[in-house]
Amino acid sequence: MSSKKKIYWKGLPELKNDAAFVKHADKEFVDLGVQEDPGHSRRDFLKMMGFSVAAASLAACEAPVRKAIPYIVKPVDVDPGIPNYYASTYVNGGDYCSVVVKVRDGRPIKLEGNALSSVTKGGTSAQVEASVLSLYDNFRLRGPKIADKASDWETVDKEITTKLGEIAGKGGQIRIVSNTLLSPSTKAAIEVFKAKYPTTTHIQYDPVSYYGMWKANEESFGKGLIPSYDFSKAKLIVSVGADFLGTWLSPIEFTKGYAVNREVSEDKREMSRHYQFESNLTLTGANADYRGQMKPSQEGAVLAQIYNIVTGGSATDSGVKWVEKAAKELLENKGASLVVCSSNDKETQVLVNEINNALGNYGTTILPGLPVNFRQGNDEAMAAFVEEVKAGKVDGVIFYNCNPVYDHPMGADLEKALKSLTLSVSTSYTPDETASASGYMAPDHHYLESWNDFEPKPGHYSLSQPAITPLFKSRQAQESFMVWAGEQNVDYFTFVSDNWKKWFFDKQNAEASFQTFWDKCLYNGVYEFTADSTSLNFTSHAAEALSVVTAPAKPSGQYEVVIYESYGIGTGAMANNPLLQELPDPITKATWDHYVTVSQLDAKELGIENDAEGHTQMLSFAVNGKQVELPALIQPGQAKGTLGVALGYGRTKVGAVAENLGQNLYPALKLANGSLSYIASVAKPAVKDSFQLAQTQIHQTYMGRENVIQESVLAEFKKDPSAGRWNPHISNWDKKEEAKDVSLWKGHEYKNHYWGMAIDLNTCTGCAACVVACNVENNVALVGKQEVINRREMHWLRIDRYYSSDALPGSYKEMEIASDNPEVTFQPMMCQHCNNAPCETVCPVAATTHSTEGLNQMTYNRCIGTRYCANNCPYKVRRFNWFKYHDNQQFYQSNPAMNTDLGRMVLNPEVTVRSRGVMEKCSFCVQRIQTGKLTAKKEKRPLNDGEVITACQAACTTGAIVFGDMNNPESRISKLLKIENDPKRPYSIDKKIGNPRAYRVLEDIGVKPNVFYLTKIRNKDVEKSAKAEQKEHA
Amino acid sequence: MQVTSSIREPLITGGKTMRDVSEDISRQVEGKPTGLWWIAMLISLSLLGFGFYCLCFLLWEGVGVWGLNKTVGWAWDITNFVWWVGIGHAGTLISAILLLFRQKWRMSINRAAEAMTIFAVICAATFPFAHMGRLWLGFYWVFPLPNTWGSLWANFNSPLLWDVFAISTYFSVSLVFWYMGLIPDFAVIRDRAVRQGNKLRAQIYNALSFGWDGAARTWSRYESVALILAGLSTPLVLSVHTIVSMDFATSVIPGWHTTIFPPYFVAGAIFSGFAMVLTLLLVTRKVFKLEDYITIYHVELMNMIIIITGSIVGIAYITEFFIAWYGQVPAEQYAFFNRMQGPYWWAYWSMMTCNVISPQLFWFKKIRTNLVATFVLSIIVNIGMWFERFVIIVTSLHRDYVPSSWSMFHPTIYDMGEYIFTFGLFFTAFFLFAKFFPVVNMAEVKSILKSSSERKH
Repeated sequence: MSSKKKIYWKGLPELKNDAAFVKHADKEFVDLGVQEDPGHSRRDFLKMMGFSVAAASLAACEAPVRKAIPYIVKPVDVDPGIPNYYASTYVNGGDYCSVVVKVRDGRPIKLEGNALSSVTKGGTSAQVEASVLSLYDNFRLRGPKIADKASDWETVDKEITTKLGEIAGKGGQIRIVSNTLLSPSTKAAIEVFKAKYPTTTHIQYDPVSYYGMWKANEESFGKGLIPSYDFSKAKLIVSVGADFLGTWLSPIEFTKGYAVNREVSEDKREMSRHYQFESNLTLTGANADYRGQMKPSQEGAVLAQIYNIVTGGSATDSGVKWVEKAAKELLENKGASLVVCSSNDKETQVLVNEINNALGNYGTTILPGLPVNFRQGNDEAMAAFVEEVKAGKVDGVIFYNCNPVYDHPMGADLEKALKSLTLSVSTSYTPDETASASGYMAPDHHYLESWNDFEPKPGHYSLSQPAITPLFKSRQAQESFMVWAGEQNVDYFTFVSDNWKKWFFDKQNAEASFQTFWDKCLYNGVYEFTADSTSLNFTSHAAEALSVVTAPAKPSGQYEVVIYESYGIGTGAMANNPLLQELPDPITKATWDHYVTVSQLDAKELGIENDAEGHTQMLSFAVNGKQVELPALIQPGQAKGTLGVALGYGRTKVGAVAENLGQNLYPALKLANGSLSYIASVAKPAVKDSFQLAQTQIHQTYMGRENVIQESVLAEFKKDPSAGRWNPHISNWDKKEEAKDVSLWKGHEYKNHYWGMAIDLNTCTGCAACVVACNVENNVALVGKQEVINRREMHWLRIDRYYSSDALPGSYKEMEIASDNPEVTFQPMMCQHCNNAPCETVCPVAATTHSTEGLNQMTYNRCIGTRYCANNCPYKVRRFNWFKYHDNQQFYQSNPAMNTDLGRMVLNPEVTVRSRGVMEKCSFCVQRIQTGKLTAKKEKRPLNDGEVITACQAACTTGAIVFGDMNNPESRISKLLKIENDPKRPYSIDKKIGNPRAYRVLEDIGVKPNVFYLTKIRNKDVEKSAKAEQKEHA
Repeated sequence: MQVTSSIREPLITGGKTMRDVSEDISRQVEGKPTGLWWIAMLISLSLLGFGFYCLCFLLWEGVGVWGLNKTVGWAWDITNFVWWVGIGHAGTLISAILLLFRQKWRMSINRAAEAMTIFAVICAATFPFAHMGRLWLGFYWVFPLPNTWGSLWANFNSPLLWDVFAISTYFSVSLVFWYMGLIPDFAVIRDRAVRQGNKLRAQIYNALSFGWDGAARTWSRYESVALILAGLSTPLVLSVHTIVSMDFATSVIPGWHTTIFPPYFVAGAIFSGFAMVLTLLLVTRKVFKLEDYITIYHVELMNMIIIITGSIVGIAYITEFFIAWYGQVPAEQYAFFNRMQGPYWWAYWSMMTCNVISPQLFWFKKIRTNLVATFVLSIIVNIGMWFERFVIIVTSLHRDYVPSSWSMFHPTIYDMGEYIFTFGLFFTAFFLFAKFFPVVNMAEVKSILKSSSERKH
């Protein structure tokens, strides 16, 4: 049976039925054997998974690494981390400043004044300080463009040369339009161009014109010019509308000169007296001892009254306060007085010349023999040019670094007419309004990338040299001119140096070789010699001028408008610079906005109210046919019946920063008697919708607090140099003691350095150059309009501006309201580096501590952001990073320096960019202190006074800020404050301060700051002092 | 001579037996949650959810989403912090000080009041963390932990650091005290669950009661620990708000720099705490039908405490003004002028009306024994106390020494959101407590029941 049985098998091993098979036959799966075991148990798996998860999450936590790549071949002059300084020159239109550029690792990061220049003497302004950021403006052109399409220089040159050839061939007209040109070599380059194309005419114009003055001097002296003014020689200054400390002609130079006679001390109890007659409250008016409010239409009457009194003619009355007094005092100061006027009307300026001539000021305070080149614009020529273009009489036009489509009254006409031209070229470095309307954009370098020379005055020359390799494919405009003129192998550097060889080297004997001469000039940044001055004879035209100015046309409207140059953004050329947009106007403290200033009395009449939050209403009115709708800003000091509106806003092709800001007022300007007039008459404005202004200070007065502002008048000061000082006394258990003698703490001992600062309220004009300098030096974030409205601006240094009030002490509500024509006090306020610092004790994590050298220092990465320190700061100088201001698209518009790759190049690598949730404040530029100490240490010598200069001190044109080591008896600050060591009191903070003017703000609360202020002294007669009046009432 | 005293009104009415107590109090723990409870819980949770979104947004964007600025660095955040801490005080006062003073009426309200304390302190603690914007730093840098950062350590000079210790001590002691009292009651619920055959509940409450056995020795220990903890808590009632007040008192800001703050803050804290206890208990008593345990007599006594503390607070306000005038310090004088007539006058006068004038109505017996009036006034008092902190913090900061920096504070939706978050947190926690924990201390209440011989029939 079995033999017949069928056998089914699954495989050969089963058929064979061998022992090895039978052994495992019952197992479904074959055992793989030990060798093939992967060796991972469940536990191993968990361990590995645990490790992987931990490793992956750790790796994810790590901050992205940004690699720094070192030089393979290091350039000779560049040491990483060590800055180089190059002398150069800032020029913007006719604005001029000789500067020193700080270059770190090939990038310009900071500008400071060049003390070797006898024009600006080391002074700077807010615009100069801010201009370094314009170099890194994202809006800059990356290269040449043809009708808005990117191109290359070869094509552009070819097309332009061809077109120029065409025009020249048919004898067409070519124009080169520019703002005032200070550069002799640029003019020479234009001459080269002209030689090739003889039909070329060069036209200069200025957005804010001084042509009326130029013509007036032509009439008085027989030669068109604008003279130099020497404010340092003037004991009595009368300014009719001229904001010479802010925007008028050459403010840096004037501020420097003005401060000389504003400085007082125990040994020098004399100062100049300054009268200001104006409609808007300007920076200059805020510094005046006596300020009369006048309407623009009263200008002629004011000058006539002065003239009549000065010349002893029949007295007229202008109805403006203080004019008579001013005129009488002018007579007492013959030869040492100065009358300036902002009017652009020829006859008015002729009358000003007559007054100055009658006072014998020519040759002393006014130097017509040394004319300035700052404003050479010719309004008539420019207007004629636009008419010519409109009429089709011009074939080709080249705009050299100017923007008339925006900043000329006939800009709109020009824009339309440009389209029909054969050739229109703009050399602007941004695609601004004029460049966009032109056929070709041939961008020039930024001034920090260029070679150039300048002649602000005869005999005063300066150079600018590139501080960085050009960032983009721009080209020096002068080279462009010469290339288009068909020159071969053009190099503007050679051109300039050849010129200098020809013009200056050959005429001097000091240097033997040109290379040495050139290097020295380049090193100094300036080359100066006494130029031959031609003697000019004054011819009187008084009668004519007098009859014209005293019979002005009756204003047609109810209100008169004064159109002025914006303090921050100037003529509008720097509108895309957020440092200037966020810079609070020194008077209104408004940022990021364009507004109309209205007097307090008119505001009541119009029914406008500004609350403490900057809420206001829009005003709508037409200026010379140009309809304007702008928010009203109620301005104490504004003359009744006048409105003030700034130029510089309303740019349309400007870049992200200034987009949609305000309205363009240039079209509202009109030619009157051949020059542009900046005043107009308007009907009563209509009040429209509400609006919110962004102001950094919303409280106007100092509420009579003598522990904040201490001031007096010169007459009192002469009797007692401690006039105006307020010495608080604290009641102890048995007696009253001076506040400085009372303390719970024994104080700090400063064995080595002891840093301190003194600020002279008399020489501080409130110009705010220090604010911008501080921003740039310390990488202070800019936060934009909304955050300023939220009161969160980050400025480490601010300038507090206080108006006086008519109220009696104690009536708090009334004390909040400023006078209609207030006295103004400026007080720079930054961290006071208190010895008994309230911020230090309250920080739970000791993130803010006291250094062994008297500094109150912040440790950013220790800060946890409780803000207790800021609350407890009596000076409110601490700033909190409410948001992440860097690498955050939300702040792209306001803070390009921290949010764009280009902008970031301006950041100071020595100062940390603070992150979100961190407190920050003034550090007394601790990075500069460290650098100074390290240099001294390396050179094995003690640190000398003046080696460490804070950014604000360096920027201060008047020298109002003095910083230094109070332990060093030879230091400037020790001498200024007259610091005496008291051996009985070993601790440094108890040093005796001998200067009777020196006080500490809030002395009575015992925080013992290391910043001292010197009392504000006004040159007023005793009985007229508002303070004294107040005291009488009290 | 024999001393006779009149028979005191019973503290617990309704002729309750011990069994009734267990039954009444355990009922809501054992039963299903009511519809009312669900609605209340849902509202609380939505507040919590919205608030949590606001909190997360703040942590993501930065403290800038609040309305604070360079001048006013604290506003709603610290106002809410002080307000919540103040509210917490009634619980500790009731459980500790009244225990030491043998005020037996406290027994039916101390449980809920202590729970309120704990939740209020948790709510309060969210603000110091949130107001830094980067709260993760707050968890370890403010504690004096050993570290490798060299000399970097917490700054013991800072009142904020004192706060850290004051609040954390207060919280831990209160928590232990509260939980200790809960143990015998958890055991009651466990025992009932065992009888009812509900195994899960029996297990949970057994664990919660730490295996309480009810032996005489256990009770004896329980009593001694309660007394010790009461002794420990007593100084805390006074110290916590004293230290919170030092955040302000030790500073230099006019309106803050005041030596009167410690007693004034403590009185204010008890004032607001009792008002909050009343607000909560009047609702709880109604919802859980506890009228026999929390009687009109309780309400009246608490209202009396509100009159006393409210008057202390009122006197403190007047004293501040007197000293500002008498001290002749201009900044101080202005600060107080500014409170009354400055831009925040409405906050000041709200505070005065709510805190000083409204509690005086309790002098009338009709009002202090009227539940509706008490409920309304208790809420008004807490509004007033919120304004008190707002007035102290914001009106002092917004116009201090240097007028150039004077500014205003405007709250944003996120300021409010963070406050709403704590309300959500508080009520969510309180409703969970009311549902799952016995809201009245059964063990203690049983000790004050009249024995059958004393019972009125």
